[in-house]
Amino acid sequence: MLKKLKGSQFPERNLVIILVLLIAVLSIASHRFLSYNNIMNLLRQTSIIGVMAIGMTFVILSGGIDLSVGSVLAFSSVLSAMMMKAGLPIPLAIALALLAGTVLGVLMGILIHKGSVPAFIATLGGMTMVRGAVMLISGARKISGLPSEFKHFAVAKFLGIPGMVWIWALIVIVGFIIAKYTVFGRNVYAIGSNEEAARLSGIKIGKNIYGIYAFGAFTSAVAGILMTARLGNGVPTSGTGYELDVIAAVVVGGASMSGAVGTILGTVLGTVIIAAIRNGGNLLGINPFILDITVGGLIVFAVLFDQLNKKKSR
Amino acid sequence: MKQNFDEIIRMENISKEFPGVKALTDVSISIKAGEVHAIVGENGAGKSTLIKILMGVHQKNGGEIYIAGNKVEIRNPIDAATYGLSAVYQDVTIARHLTVAENFFLGRLPLTKAGLVNWKKMITQTQAVLDELNIIVDAKKVVRQLSAAQQEMVIIAKKYFEHSKIIIFDEPTALLANEEVDELFTIIRRLKNEGVACIYISHRLEEIFELCDVVSVMKDGQLITTIPVSETNEDDLISKMVGRTIEDMYNIKHFEPKEEALRVEGLTRKGAFENINFSIRKGEVFGIFGLVGSGRTEIVRALFGADSFDSGEIYLYNNKVTIANPAEAIKHGIGLLPEDRKHEGLTLDTTVENNINMASYNDISKLGFINLKREKERSLKQIDDMKIKTPSEKQKVVNLSGGNQQKVVIGKWLCRQSKIFIFDEPTVGIDVGAKSEIYILLEQLLAKGNAVIMISSYLPEIIGIADRIMVIHEGKQTGILNRGDYSEEKLLKLASGLIK
Repeated sequence: MLKKLKGSQFPERNLVIILVLLIAVLSIASHRFLSYNNIMNLLRQTSIIGVMAIGMTFVILSGGIDLSVGSVLAFSSVLSAMMMKAGLPIPLAIALALLAGTVLGVLMGILIHKGSVPAFIATLGGMTMVRGAVMLISGARKISGLPSEFKHFAVAKFLGIPGMVWIWALIVIVGFIIAKYTVFGRNVYAIGSNEEAARLSGIKIGKNIYGIYAFGAFTSAVAGILMTARLGNGVPTSGTGYELDVIAAVVVGGASMSGAVGTILGTVLGTVIIAAIRNGGNLLGINPFILDITVGGLIVFAVLFDQLNKKKSR
Repeated sequence: MKQNFDEIIRMENISKEFPGVKALTDVSISIKAGEVHAIVGENGAGKSTLIKILMGVHQKNGGEIYIAGNKVEIRNPIDAATYGLSAVYQDVTIARHLTVAENFFLGRLPLTKAGLVNWKKMITQTQAVLDELNIIVDAKKVVRQLSAAQQEMVIIAKKYFEHSKIIIFDEPTALLANEEVDELFTIIRRLKNEGVACIYISHRLEEIFELCDVVSVMKDGQLITTIPVSETNEDDLISKMVGRTIEDMYNIKHFEPKEEALRVEGLTRKGAFENINFSIRKGEVFGIFGLVGSGRTEIVRALFGADSFDSGEIYLYNNKVTIANPAEAIKHGIGLLPEDRKHEGLTLDTTVENNINMASYNDISKLGFINLKREKERSLKQIDDMKIKTPSEKQKVVNLSGGNQQKVVIGKWLCRQSKIFIFDEPTVGIDVGAKSEIYILLEQLLAKGNAVIMISSYLPEIIGIADRIMVIHEGKQTGILNRGDYSEEKLLKLASGLIK
């Protein structure tokens, strides 16, 4: 059955095979791996990266990259915490923090499109500037004393599944619908494949680029809220280095750094595969440094495998 | 120098299969030193596959290759280079930020005794080769400062400098103006006299009669025949390739033009084109002819909103309009087939369905959500109407042949229900069969009362198809000719600014 599904019809086939094998091996090696508690724990731990990876997928599909996601996470975390502490209603504080984060994405998009600054540079600058701003407004101290209803969200469960995982699932569904069913989603692939052809087909490149980075930053801001709830504080150093984990998840999920190739489902699988390796490794007491080597190898292998396949079909 | 007409390479019973496709079946070709050997055939006939096997890009599934009588295995492009095989692809393969001399010595820069790069030696030797081949290029120049034609000459000179025994020319004239083609031919003849074997692939059949000694015709992955050029003619070759003659090809129906569709007054962009005036009527093909770099592409790009212009007015159906970007042009019913379809016309990594619908998603979506059923229906309709050869609407465009890719671009504008079509070099790099299909499509567009602007630097094509021709020389229009007044000589003179 799996063999019948050609790579072109079902690009995530190999990822599904890898995940199934991984789960099989890990559940044989440790009876705790497939337990309800462990699976929920795994999903909760990875939900923050998972949310950001959906936004990053669109950025990478468009042929761009966003290094500022970790800083935007911290920005949203500190901002929402400060507003809640100042007595704003929780939903309003969250909404404003999400809006502010999204605006950062739009600014980055303007810099990239209008200013013709390469995305790598624009978001590298953005990463450093936003982190600096977060440190400045928070005085480099964590913001504590948040309302308990808000902190409760991190441990809350609905239908036996943690709230954070529901948020992740929601973002995944939204991402999936955007990619598959909307004009914007099609435009992202078109721009990633060939920006000039897209422009000559009447696609307004600017609007779409702003939208792409705005959505990317929005998911980072959502991740910032989740992070705040989990830590119980607004933490200005949170999210440091996350951009690499997020990009790793997208790349392992089969997206091409040159754009136009990749899917939301692939990204979800990539995220879960990396999480399963880390989680299973911990259960088995494997040295975390060895896990780093494994995850790093997987990133390289994902691309290498793709390249070898391309060579073979020539 | 070796004695002429030695067999230099022989391919015997070459076969190649790709998953699901038999690309080559028992192809045997022998090429002699000092011979220019043409290979012709429609796209998909197997020419490129054969060349790629020779160059070590693809691996053959069966058959043998002999070089100078010895059986060889060409496993990769490096093997091919070792055996003295090299290819001049139309896509320029050269380090564009380095000088010509550095490119000649790439990978084996000569050193002085002190171990530093010996620039003097490099430049003298390079210049000597360029001079020998009569190529007027300074070896110290950075490649990207040269024109496309000069870059191509430099590549050929480099192959010669590397003592290539066989040089493959794959559509070398696609981007060259007429006088540059002459220069290219002079160089190829010189190489031939030096005993180099040349394989020449081109869709422009008259070039083959001007330049080549022998021609091999391929069809459907098989070799039909190999004959001396002196024993055949264009009609004969075409009928061997597809079973049609040239006369039929350009013989499209012309229609009585109706009311004016588009008028351009005083269109000017400083440094590109100046005071362009013309009007096109419905049911008419308006040709624009000019040498490469004359500004013809710039004019239509400005008209389409792809680039800006400084002054001038555009009227559609007698109403003045502003066109600031492609989206506005498209809204007014204008569609553009760009000259470079791969880089400007298509998103190669996405599907046929996606490309066909790309300009008209707003028509089939509500609140940004696409009606997937209609998206599919619309693409299937175009695939069906235009006979686009693709396994399914979900196929990525990159996997289609050149002719079918061009049909996808046309389909995009049909799907958008455009009324004014701008065809910029619509048949460059497309085989004879697909060409005639594109002319049939064009005829259908005219029959429905659409207006077409066609740019072509290929005289037989523009003379055969266009109802009127505007000629551009260095950004200025030097004349508009009616169908009765065409002659190749007159058009060329107008295009080179010899008469006004």
